[in-house]
This record gives sequence, structure tokens and C-alpha cells, in this order.
Amino acid sequence: MTITLDRTDKLLINRLQKGFPLSSRPYREVGRALEIEEREVIERLQRLLDEGALTRLGAILNAPQLGGERTLAATSAPPDRLEEVIQAINRHPQVSHNYERTHEYNLWFVISSEDEADIARVIREIEDETGLPVINLPTLEEYRVEFYYELPVDGAGQET
Amino acid sequence: MRQGTRENVLTDDERAVLLIVQEGIPLCAQPYREIAERLGTSEDRVLATLESLLDRRVTKRLAAVPNHYALGVTHNGMAVWNVPDERVSQIGRALGQRQEVTHCYRRPRAPGWPYNVFAMVHGMSREEVLAKISAISRELGLEAYEHDVLFSTRLLKKQGTRVRDRELRHAPEGAP
Repeated sequence: MTITLDRTDKLLINRLQKGFPLSSRPYREVGRALEIEEREVIERLQRLLDEGALTRLGAILNAPQLGGERTLAATSAPPDRLEEVIQAINRHPQVSHNYERTHEYNLWFVISSEDEADIARVIREIEDETGLPVINLPTLEEYRVEFYYELPVDGAGQET
Repeated sequence: MRQGTRENVLTDDERAVLLIVQEGIPLCAQPYREIAERLGTSEDRVLATLESLLDRRVTKRLAAVPNHYALGVTHNGMAVWNVPDERVSQIGRALGQRQEVTHCYRRPRAPGWPYNVFAMVHGMSREEVLAKISAISRELGLEAYEHDVLFSTRLLKKQGTRVRDRELRHAPEGAP
């Protein structure tokens, strides 16, 4: 179900996606920019978190800087075995993301671990358990990792 | 490339602050003071710790994370192209400059997989995603290259990067 947001909610989310102030009264600072009270900023954020419009307001960590390795892997699961293969993949705690996608390779998953050998082992285990080949597509170059989706706001131009 | 393991990259103080702020910044007028009180330290110490984590890029930023699905941004397309190896870096960098692209990588080709550049694009409908990708393709001159867009039809698992408490880090497999 889609949550309905008012204009101020959208402006608040767009602004806070980019960053949250590191100062003694951060909500007051945010409120000033949006011309609302500190108390209203806190109340709106509480509601947005309670309703599930926001997953969290917190630190976004930079996985590569924390050490460890990650890769994107994919496999082609036959339709009648789909759920079983999904389970074989998701049961590994090293699998952080898994998506079903529109392609012959229909399951796409991210494996993260402290070391490369562990990633290879997880792939081997998934192959052994499912009998399906897994393609391993590690990042060779990273050009962008910046999840920002600007919510369209009536009467507000593209903010930068 | 490798910056060290999760073991040695963080001090104990940093780990303690991150364990709190990765889950959520307190919703009160002085959230950093609130964190400091929980940890038995000062607000200035907490602010300095976070500043250092941001400077070292261990933390990308403090920010709100929208639940894109709940807000109607339910469509994500993984756009892929097979471009010549000698042009891949230049094309990847150009793709990475686009606001519509959230993630962009060069990856190896594989059996049954001829593509070497990946760009994620999100939107409120398939049409919106496809329109963004066509515009990108046209403007960057990628139309001649072999290309596909893989839409996600189901999110099967998603967990953001987190640091773990030391004692929990080597939890047995299958542990939550």
C-alpha cells in the first residue's frame, strides 16, 4: 500500500535523504530551512517512521571502507523450483540482497563477507545445493552508489 | 582497494556510537546529547566521533532512508549494456554522473551474460523507468550497443550494511 504524504513531508524527506545535520540542535536547523518548528520536524519524522514511509533516520555505512568483499551473483532457477532455490540462497547470512528479475537469469543476489574465500564458498554451496550454475559478477569499477530518489513536489523545482 | 577488515577499522568508541546511530538518531531536541548520556560521554565527543567517521568515509552520511516501496517507487530496472572494453570506463563514469542512476558498476561478462556495464534506475512505473533509461541511452550515444533492462518482480531479501557488536560478529550460520 502506498502512503500519502503532504508537501511538507516530501520536502522533509527529500532534504533529509541528502543529509542530517551534525550539530547540537539538528531538528531546529532542519526546521529553519523548511520554515517549520523544531517540534513539528520531530513529530513529522516520528509519524513517517511509524507509518513506514521512512525505514530509518540514521547512519548510512560505506561497506567497502568497512573492509570486506562483495559481489553480485545470479542464477537461472526453473519456475517450478523457484521457491526452493530462493530459500537455498537466502538462508546464507552473507546474502544481503536478493531480487527476482525479468531475465533467463531470474535470481540476482548480493553476497558480502569479510573475505573473498568466504564468497566463493557461499557460491559453491548454493551451486551444490541447487545443482544450478551461479555466475559471479564482482565489481570491477564503481561509478556511482548514491541512492537518492527525489519525491516529486508540486510547485517546487528540482532542488539541488 | 582493501581498507582493512571490520575488526580493525573502528575504535571501540566509534563502534559504540555506530551501533546506536545505524539503527536510528533519537527523535528529541538534542539527539547527540541523548546518545552521549547513554554512552556515558559528552555530546562533543559524540559529534567529533561522527565527524571523523564521515571524514574517513566509513559513514557515507547521516540521512533519512525512505521506504521506496511504501512511497510508490516500486519499479527498479537494472539497465545493462555490452560496450567495448576500451570505452567502458568512460561510459561508466558518464552514467554515474546521471541523477537518475543510483548504482553503476563495471562487472565481468559471463556465460549467457554479454553485458559489462550495469546502472540501476528507479521509478513509480515501468514506463517512468524505461523513459529515463531511453533518455540516458540517447544522450550518451549508447543506442548502438547490445542492451537489456531487467525489472525486479520481487524483493526477496534486503539488509543494509551494519556493523555488529564484537561478541556477535562470528555468530553461527543460520543465526538471525
